[in-house]
Amino acid sequence: MSSWERFAETFLNTKVMLKYLPDILSGVVVTIELAALVVVTGIAAGLALALLRSLGIRPLNWLIVVVVDLFRSLPPLVVIVLIYFGLPSVDLSPSGFVSTWLSLAFVLMAFSEEIFWAGITAVARGQWEAARSTGLSFGQTLMSVVLPQAFRLTIPPLTNRTIAITKGTALGTVVAVTEILGQASSAMSNSYNPSPLLMGALAYIVLFFPVVVVARWVETRLAWKR
Amino acid sequence: MIQSFFNPEIIVASWPIVRAGLLNTVLLSLLVVPLGLFGGLILALLASVKHPAVRWPLMAWVDFFRAFPPLVLLILLFAGLPFAGLELGGFVCVAIAFFLNTGAYYGEILRAGIDSVPGGQIEAARSTGLSRLQAMTSVVLPQAVRNVLPDLLSNTLEVVKLTALGSVVAVPELLYQARQAQSLTYNPTPIVVAAIIYFLMLWPAVRLLSRLENRAFAGP
Repeated sequence: MSSWERFAETFLNTKVMLKYLPDILSGVVVTIELAALVVVTGIAAGLALALLRSLGIRPLNWLIVVVVDLFRSLPPLVVIVLIYFGLPSVDLSPSGFVSTWLSLAFVLMAFSEEIFWAGITAVARGQWEAARSTGLSFGQTLMSVVLPQAFRLTIPPLTNRTIAITKGTALGTVVAVTEILGQASSAMSNSYNPSPLLMGALAYIVLFFPVVVVARWVETRLAWKR
Repeated sequence: MIQSFFNPEIIVASWPIVRAGLLNTVLLSLLVVPLGLFGGLILALLASVKHPAVRWPLMAWVDFFRAFPPLVLLILLFAGLPFAGLELGGFVCVAIAFFLNTGAYYGEILRAGIDSVPGGQIEAARSTGLSRLQAMTSVVLPQAVRNVLPDLLSNTLEVVKLTALGSVVAVPELLYQARQAQSLTYNPTPIVVAAIIYFLMLWPAVRLLSRLENRAFAGP
């Protein structure tokens, strides 16, 4: 057997790959579900916090800043471990999936709040005043004048952050979520062969590479003109 | 509640273990941040060669690592390479994974920084007799770094947070040690302590960044 054949036998073993393909595919489904949940809830919560903050209620704003800072400073894996291994002590036992979802959603909430807030404050004060003086209410001004301008500014940093945090779904494997990495790792230990791991790695590339390329395109289109 | 999460006896008992983890996290960060910066600098300098044969593979390289979860990279090195007869140990795997992953992010930031320095600066530097390399290191890079300082700081914060991944491959950093202490004491207090340490350690950087970012957004 040539060394290439031995390499292929080890890392690109088609028999092993075919056997574990269904497992990896079910992992892909879990990863997509988890990622979609994280993105939707995390960004919605971040936007909600940014809007709350724009009301300008002092004590509430301090609270928001502390929560946002907390989730910006903690490593996502620490939050996951804390929720998964900590909460059972107070008789709450979230599953690995729920722990990972909540943790990443909190982290994305914190980062997106900060980005939305920066976008809202970047819209010049005069815009608010002009809109209000034409008779628009606070809510109308926010919705039809400020937010549309703010969104444009926030999209490039937001897509970057969202990709980075969504990749964190792989962390779920630490708390036994059966996403791609989890499936690939257990397939590897069952088959004593690293081919499933390479298949899992490929699945991540197939999932995330197009997102990164689209993000890069959006970034250059909407680049913040200085 | 206090018994489970802020148990004073457990804090005292587990402190030596957690403290060793904190020390290792600091040391690990001091290793991987320069390593990533070095990787990024190589990429950014390569990117300043505007030739398409260099530019496209480089862009693909950077986008590849932006798309690839760092934990998957780490597991691939840690659990995959032994099958090729290469057993590197958790620590070396973390170093390589960080060099590749965070290097790509740093590279993208430094490239943007270099692009932000007007071309006339290079021409002026070259016309005073500086070589290409000298012009890059003493004229362009200092300005480039200053222009992207908030992004560099932000990425460094992410890199330090990422060191927690070391716990997955048994590198005895803060999270790993805290989990050890947790399984020894059957109490999640050590993990809470670790979280508090991360927060106290990184909060100043987060505050500073938040200020810098708001200022950058507000424009001139």
